[in-house]
Amino acid sequence: MWVRVNGAEHEVTAATLAEALEQLDYDDALVATALNGCFVPARRRGTTPIAEGDSIEVLAPKQGG
Amino acid sequence: MNLYSVEVNSRLLLGTSQYPSPAILGNAVKASGADVVTVSLRRESGKSRSGQDFWALIQSLGVRVLPNTAGCHSVKEAVTTAEMAREIFGTNWIKLEVIGEADTLQPDVFGLVEAARRLSVDGFEVFPYTTEDLVVAERLIEAGCRVLMPWGAPIGTGKGLNNIFGLRALRAHFPNVPLVIDAGIGLPSHAAAAMELGYDAVLLNTAVAKAGDPVAMAAAFAKAIEAGRSAFIAGPMEPRDMAAPSTPVIGKAQFG
Repeated sequence: MWVRVNGAEHEVTAATLAEALEQLDYDDALVATALNGCFVPARRRGTTPIAEGDSIEVLAPKQGG
Repeated sequence: MNLYSVEVNSRLLLGTSQYPSPAILGNAVKASGADVVTVSLRRESGKSRSGQDFWALIQSLGVRVLPNTAGCHSVKEAVTTAEMAREIFGTNWIKLEVIGEADTLQPDVFGLVEAARRLSVDGFEVFPYTTEDLVVAERLIEAGCRVLMPWGAPIGTGKGLNNIFGLRALRAHFPNVPLVIDAGIGLPSHAAAAMELGYDAVLLNTAVAKAGDPVAMAAAFAKAIEAGRSAFIAGPMEPRDMAAPSTPVIGKAQFG
C-alpha cells in the first residue's frame, strides 16, 4: 500500500507504524513520529496500525534558533 | 540564573542554526560559555540520517537543550511539535513559537497563549517567544509560563532592541519573572543594553552564526552579556539633560 512519509509517496507492506519505519530504513535512528497530524509516542508505534493513504511524519533533531 | 528550577550559569542562550560547519558550531558554543542551546525538529530521511550526526555533536558539548517549535503557525502544529520534541530530547523545556506573520515572524500572541496553556497543563515548561506587550505577558503567566522571552526585534534582523520603553516597562512589571530577550540581537552592544535594562539573559543565533568569525563573535557576546549584567547590578547613573562638570568647580584658579 502507499503511504505518504515526510511529504513523499512510499510503498510499504507494513501493518504498523513500527514496521513501516523499519522498512523505510530508520531502524534504530532517534526519531519522533506523527500519524495523520497526531503525535505517536515510540512505545505505541508497534500497536499503531497504518492504512492506505496515511500521512506519516518522521522527525529528528536539527539545528534551531 | 534559575530557569524552571534549573540553575544556569551563563546568561547567553545560543542557537545552533546557520553555522558554516558543525566544527565551527561546536567551537562557537564552547567560546560562548552557553549552558543552554536551542535545537529544532525537522524531517529525517531514513537513508541520509543527518539529524543523528547533529544530535551526536550537541550531546558531545555537554549542554542543556531548549527545543523550539520554529515555523509553526498554528496551536495544533506547535503542540504536536512540542510533544515530539519532548520525546526525542527528553526534556519538558520548550521554546514555544507560534508564528503569526510570515514577513515579520512576529508571534501570533493569541495562539501562543492557547498553546502555552495546553502545554503547561501537560507538564511542559514553556519558554514563550512573545512580544513586549504587557497584557499578553500577563496572560502567558496565567497560562502557566514561568519565563518570558520577548523579542528585541524580528528574528534574524539584527536590529537590536526596537522598543526600549516597552522592554523597560515589562521588566518593571515582572520583577521576579526571568526575562530573556529572544530574537533581533545583532551586536554585542545590543546584548549588553538588554542586560543593562535588567533582563536576565539573551537568546541569539544569527548574530553569531553569520559573523565573519562565529567563534570570536560568540566570545564577544559572552563578554558583553557579562559586562551588561555587572553594570545592571552596579546601578547605572541616572541620565540628565543638562551638563554637569565632573571636575570640582571649587578651588579653580582665577587668572586675571
